[in-house]
Amino acid sequence: MKPYTMDFDVKARDFSSAGESSSKFRKTLLMLSIPSDIVRRASIAAYEAEMNIVIHSYGGKMHFEIYKDKIVIVAEDTGPGIKDLELAMKEGYSTAPKEVIEMGFGAGMGLPNMKRNADTMEIVNHDESGTKIVMTINF
Amino acid sequence: MKVKDILSHEFTLVAGEGGIEKEVSNVYVCDLLSFVMSHVKSGSAWVTIQTHVNVIAVAVMTDISCIIICEGEKLDENAKEKADEENIPVIAFNGSSFEAAVKLSEMIK
Repeated sequence: MKPYTMDFDVKARDFSSAGESSSKFRKTLLMLSIPSDIVRRASIAAYEAEMNIVIHSYGGKMHFEIYKDKIVIVAEDTGPGIKDLELAMKEGYSTAPKEVIEMGFGAGMGLPNMKRNADTMEIVNHDESGTKIVMTINF
Repeated sequence: MKVKDILSHEFTLVAGEGGIEKEVSNVYVCDLLSFVMSHVKSGSAWVTIQTHVNVIAVAVMTDISCIIICEGEKLDENAKEKADEENIPVIAFNGSSFEAAVKLSEMIK
């Protein structure tokens, strides 16, 4: 069966509209009567991925696929990539700039949070040309 | 307890009136957004000093019942608009996060 899909562009450093794609995705999940714990997990995973694009990348896009029994979230950006993936997956490790940390972001929990809330998370590539992360949440 | 039961001369509503019937079952205190995303329980009153628009997004994503902004900090104008749009009650409190948490915990008991 063909999934219901949604696509959004995410601008780098645009904090005033950050989270809009995750918010629209969440509203769609609620409209489709997806169970609330699944909505919460998917929303958190999506928002963390979207904020990573806003904070760390040169810009990117969010792609969502909603199936009957699973949700697929794809976050893709145009660089500069993750230098040390092992460190980035560690809770508390952050490369966020100071002004971002002052906003309460950059606690070094984005990737671990995504992994915790998704059933599967795959970092498809992460070189200087960009990063692509695919997450699946089953229900 | 509902969000509206928190409101008093000390806890004043500054945005998101549409959400004041929401149930509050817990209190969570933290200013790190990612930390909140990973630890807060649904239905919590979130005590913070952060005032920018992304605070509202975090509250929406995690089903937080209301946000308590402490130390007399003022909510950003675009955050206020977003809170109204998303029905996330934002409550201003002049004291510290600790004082807010103590008072809220007594109310929830």
